[in-house]
Amino acid sequence: MAELTYRDAVARAIAQEMERDPNVVLLGEDVAKAGGVFKATVGLYEKFGPKRVKDTPISEQAFMGAAMGAAMTGLIPIVDLMFADFAAVCWDFFANEFPKSRYMTNGQVKCPLVIRLANGSARFGAQHCQSVENWCMMIPGLKVVVPSSPVDVVGLLAASVRDPDPVIFLEHKSLYAVKGEVPDGEIIDTIGTAKTLRPGKDATILALALMVPRALAAAERLKAESGIDCEVIDLRSLLPLDTRTILESVSRTGRLFTVEENPRLCGWGAEVVSIVADEAFYDLDGPPVRITTPHIPLPPAELEDLLIPSVDRIVETVRRTMSA
Amino acid sequence: MSKKTPAVDIAEATRLEMYRSQYRLREAEQRAFDLFLQNLVKGTSHLSLGQEAIAAGFATAMKPGDLTFCTYRGHAHTLARGVSVEKVLGELMSRDNGLMRGKGGSMHLTSVEHGVMGSYAIIGAHLCIACGSAWRAQYQGAQDVTTCFFGDGTTNIGAFHEALNFAVIWKLPVVFVCENNLYMEYTPIKDVTAVPQPAADRASAYGLERILIDGNDADVVYQTAQKAYARARAGEGPSLIECLTYRHSGHSRADPAKYRPEGELEEWKKSDPVKTYRARLLSAGVKASVLDAIEQEVKKEVDAAEVACKAAPPPPADLMFTDVYADGGCAWRN
Ligand SMILES: Cc1ncc(C[n+]2csc(CCOP(=O)(O)OP(=O)(O)O)c2C)c(N)n1
Ligand SMILES: [Mg+2]
Repeated sequence: MAELTYRDAVARAIAQEMERDPNVVLLGEDVAKAGGVFKATVGLYEKFGPKRVKDTPISEQAFMGAAMGAAMTGLIPIVDLMFADFAAVCWDFFANEFPKSRYMTNGQVKCPLVIRLANGSARFGAQHCQSVENWCMMIPGLKVVVPSSPVDVVGLLAASVRDPDPVIFLEHKSLYAVKGEVPDGEIIDTIGTAKTLRPGKDATILALALMVPRALAAAERLKAESGIDCEVIDLRSLLPLDTRTILESVSRTGRLFTVEENPRLCGWGAEVVSIVADEAFYDLDGPPVRITTPHIPLPPAELEDLLIPSVDRIVETVRRTMSA
Repeated sequence: MSKKTPAVDIAEATRLEMYRSQYRLREAEQRAFDLFLQNLVKGTSHLSLGQEAIAAGFATAMKPGDLTFCTYRGHAHTLARGVSVEKVLGELMSRDNGLMRGKGGSMHLTSVEHGVMGSYAIIGAHLCIACGSAWRAQYQGAQDVTTCFFGDGTTNIGAFHEALNFAVIWKLPVVFVCENNLYMEYTPIKDVTAVPQPAADRASAYGLERILIDGNDADVVYQTAQKAYARARAGEGPSLIECLTYRHSGHSRADPAKYRPEGELEEWKKSDPVKTYRARLLSAGVKASVLDAIEQEVKKEVDAAEVACKAAPPPPADLMFTDVYADGGCAWRN
C-alpha cells in the first residue's frame, strides 16, 4: 500500500498498461520530456522512451486524428488533451469520428483509445475551467469516465486502456494534488460501476469528481448537525451509467440530490432525474433536487468559489429540502 | 505540369488493368446515377465521373496491405481497391447486401479487408486519421503505405495544414492526394484560395516537393504514385500530390452544376480520362477486341450487381441497434 497523489496515480496507471502491452502509446503537448502540463506523466518518457511517449505540436486535430488512425489499425493510444476546454477545437473527433466509426462501418472499424482531459474548476476562468462531462455524455458511441480518487484513477484508467471503445477520461484539475491510499500491484477496475462511498437511509446524494469529497463532507455535517443520514454515491462514469445502483438507493431513501459542477442546463443530473422520475417516481418522498453551477461562464480566481457547489451549499440545500 | 504523354515504361498488363479499373469506375458511377433517377438511391451520393484516372492510377500502384482513406466522394476509391460493384450499389440502395448493410451509406464506404479504411464526410479529419495509420506502420516496422484522397476545397481547412506538418515532423509513410476538380461544392476553388494551386503551392510551407500532375492521365498518376510509395517505404516521409481533374457531374446527386461557365465541361470532356486512355492503348498497338472484351466483362459485373441489388431485401430493423459499442450493442446503462 502506498500513498499516491491523484496526479501520480495517472502516471502509475499509464506505466502499468504500457508495461503490459507494447502497443500502448502516449501522446500530447508536453507529455514527454516535460512530464505533462499538470505533471501527470512524469517519468514515463524516461521509462518508455521517445518511440512510445511522444510530444506533439499544438495541433489538436492532428493528434486526435493520429490517435484514431493508430487505434483503428492496431495501437492503443492514450492522448493528453491538457485543458478539457480544448475539446472544442477538435470536437469533430469526439462527436463525429471516434464514436461513429464502428457503427457506420457495421463493426468493421474499432477505435480503442483513451482521451485524457484535465476537467473542471481551478480558478483559471471561463476558457480553462469548464466541466465538459455533459458535452461528452450526449454522444452515443463514447464512454465517459470520471474518477474522484487516486485508487480509482489507477483502476479506471487501466480499464479504459483495456476497453475496446473510445473512452473520454476526465481528470479533475483540482484533485491532482489530493492523496490517497493505493494498493501495490496491478489494479484494474470496472467501467460503468458507481460506488457507494457512504451508506445512509434518509437521502441519496450523487456526485462526480471534485463534487465527491464535497458531498462526503456535507453528509458528515448533515449527520452531525441535523441528524440527516445521507447516502453518497460516486457515479464514476456517465457512459455507461450505473442506473441500477442509483435506482436501488433512491428506492430506499426516497430522496435524490445531484451535485454537479457543470453549468445547469443539460447536466448529467437532469438525465438522472428524468430516469428516476420514469422508473422510481412512487418511491420518491419529494422532488429531486439538482445542485449545480449556475448557467453562466465561470469567472476566474476566487470568484469561481462562489459559483461551484460548495460543502455549505450542499448542506444548506439538503437541510432546507428535507425540513420542508 | 507537363501535358505531353510520358515515355511510358509501364507493362501492358498493368495498363490494361488500369483501363479496366477506369472503365469499371465509370460504368459503376453511371449506374449509380441511373438508379438514383429510378428513385432507388434515397440517400445522398457524390460521383467521381471524370476523376477515374486518379483512383485507378493510385490503386494500381498500391500493394496488398496498403491502406486507403478517402472522402464522401469515395465510390471510385473503394471500387478501385477491389470491392464489388454489388456491395457498393447495395450500400447506396440501403440493401442488406450493401458493404455496411446500409448503416453507413454512400458517404462512408469502408472495406477493411480491401484496405479501404473509410470514407469520411467531415472535411479535413481523415488527413489526420491517415497520419495515425501511417504512424502505426512506422511504429510496428510494417511496410504498408497509407494514401489519403481529398478535394481542392479541403486545402483551406486547418486540419489539412495540421496533418501535413504532423506527417512531416514524424516522417510518416503517408501520401496525400489532392484531387483538384476546380470546385469545392459550388464555389470555384480559385475564388477562395490564396494561391493558384491549392495543394501544390502549399507544399513548400512544409518542406515538401511541389508536385502537380495531370490527374486525367492514368499513366502519369501511376508513375507519380509509384515514386511517392517508394519514398514512403524507404522511410523518407510523406508526399503531397495535386492532381488536376474535373468532375463531369454535379457536386452531389441532385446538383445540375449550373454554376459552371458555358463550355467548361465540354472542354474538359476532351481529356476524358477513360476515352483518352482507350485511344492511347489503341495507338500503342493494343487490339480493340481486347478492350471490347474488358468492357463487356465490366458491363456484366455492373448489370449483375444491379439485378442483385434490386432483388436484395432491406436490412433487418434491429441491425440499426448494433455495433454502437464493441460488445455489439447500444446499451448506455444497466
Ligand atoms: C468541415 C466541413 N465543412 C463543410 C462541409 C460541407 N461540404 C461537403 S463537400 C464540400 C466541398 C468539398 O470540396 P472539395 O474538398 O474540393 O471536394 P470535392 O467535393 O470537390 O471532391 C463541402 C464544403 C463538410 N462536409 N465538412
Ligand atoms: Mg473539389
